[in-house]
Amino acid sequence: MLDVREVRKSFDGFQAVGGVSFTVPRGSISAIIGPNGAGKTTLFNLITGHLVPDGGQVVFKERDVTGIAPHDLCRLGMGRSFQRTNIFPRLTVYENVQAAFVCHRGRGWNLFTPVERLYRPETEALLQAVGLLEKADETSGFLSHGNQKQLELGITLALEPEILLLDEPTAGMSATETRESIRLIERIAADRGLTLLFTEHDMEVVFSIAHRITVLHQGRVIADGTPAEVRGDPEVRRVYLGEGR
Amino acid sequence: MVSAVGGAGRRVPWALLVLVAAFFVPAAGSRFYTFLANDVVIWALFATSLNLLVGYTGLVSFGHAAYFGIGAYTTGILMKKAGVTFLLAFPAAGVVAALFALVFGFFCVRLTKIYFAMLTLAFAQIVWAICFKWNEVTGGEQGMPEIPYPDFGWLERIGTVLPVVAGYRTSEHFYFLTLVLVAVCFWILRRIVASPFGRMLTTIRENPERAEFIGVNVRRYELAVFVLAGAFAGLAGGLFGIFNRGVFADFAYWTKSSEVLIMTLLGGMGAFYGPALGALVLLWLNQQIVSVTEYWPLILGSILVILLFVFPGGLAGALGALRDRLVRRPSGA
Repeated sequence: MLDVREVRKSFDGFQAVGGVSFTVPRGSISAIIGPNGAGKTTLFNLITGHLVPDGGQVVFKERDVTGIAPHDLCRLGMGRSFQRTNIFPRLTVYENVQAAFVCHRGRGWNLFTPVERLYRPETEALLQAVGLLEKADETSGFLSHGNQKQLELGITLALEPEILLLDEPTAGMSATETRESIRLIERIAADRGLTLLFTEHDMEVVFSIAHRITVLHQGRVIADGTPAEVRGDPEVRRVYLGEGR
Repeated sequence: MVSAVGGAGRRVPWALLVLVAAFFVPAAGSRFYTFLANDVVIWALFATSLNLLVGYTGLVSFGHAAYFGIGAYTTGILMKKAGVTFLLAFPAAGVVAALFALVFGFFCVRLTKIYFAMLTLAFAQIVWAICFKWNEVTGGEQGMPEIPYPDFGWLERIGTVLPVVAGYRTSEHFYFLTLVLVAVCFWILRRIVASPFGRMLTTIRENPERAEFIGVNVRRYELAVFVLAGAFAGLAGGLFGIFNRGVFADFAYWTKSSEVLIMTLLGGMGAFYGPALGALVLLWLNQQIVSVTEYWPLILGSILVILLFVFPGGLAGALGALRDRLVRRPSGA
């Protein structure tokens, strides 16, 4: 489904990502882990078109999508959520998700019909699925952090993605919130047959749901495999798991 | 905030009431008040067109007067030099301004924030300089005086049958015409901001990075709204040239751009009618205070400072907060 080949990126001579390759099979749940500064978010930005790689290739659904604009990738079926919560803060919860529906279904260039009632059933169903229906009319910027993350997931799902890229979906959450939101993500991915690729710092989360794990260290892949393989890898134990404890 | 104001508008048709009241200004007030009302109506359209950019899309233009000036010259030149009827010369102002906005906007939307603002200003100053120097076409420094009024002969003919419309001066006829045209423009603008397109603009204002990743082609939307805002500013300029009985290069000067920006901020860019309210208050205050003291800019500056600190949402924001307080109290008790 997603094939990353030898992708590289430097900032002012500092190599943030140096020749990273991995594959995400359709329907799988894959995770990218690594210490802070390992290049996880940069790698995400390279895949999703926010940054253009210095070299290498990103292939999505057998199509070379290296460096194409985010709004085009989005139309091809790649959905992404962000590490720092990324919503439309002065719009209501309802308007946030509805805007995504309007745009994704190509109604954004309509200048003359009232937007208010457009895609109401779809929006409400999706808000129900992410557990935000009672808060539909609240201004999204005033929601709790956990709720904002749920909303972000809702916005992303409105784009009917085939693959979902989640950058630290549980960053800043309490242990309970983390467990709940991981269960939510897992359920939604299963219901909709989504492919998931996520970065995460919480090892318990990663090893409990991921089918495949790619370990990044200083911009390079040091291990790639099933959770059991990665857990047993001596290099990983040395640079990452060992250091973390 | 935007939707809250819109919600109130549906319960009481304020816009319609104001429009009807405005038709009685010539009959009720003096000639001076008709003049002032005409000025306000045109500037209200100009400021509201700017608010498409500033309030709805989050693009601060420092050069919006360029399109106002281009519209004024278009209508002026067509009517005075080519003898074209107002029926064509007026829409032409919008079309020509839109074309210029398309060209300038193409470059401007490639920049963000202060760089965007500076480039809009640069283009506006180019427009001003050309208007100021190109004597053969624009009249240069002297400007282009004596733009004719549209032909109101038909109104006088109706007046012989329908005495209600009789007995007004040409300037008052023009005021009525302005009211109708601006009301139509406001109706269109209102539809646009409440449309799916309008919603996409607010997502760009709120978070352009995220907007890209719900599939919004941010630059293309920004260019589209830049052209729309330019078109309506051009229409306002077309009316203003006739109202002012002449078109001058300073219509496109940066002071005009800042004036319209101040109106938008003063009135409140969070509400659809905020900039119109700003135009009313600023022009009325200007007339009142100028007749009392020469320190008008000082007083205006003080008012602005107070407003920005006390009511960040502008006058419309303050009125909205007041209404919320009045409405909530009885229902809460």
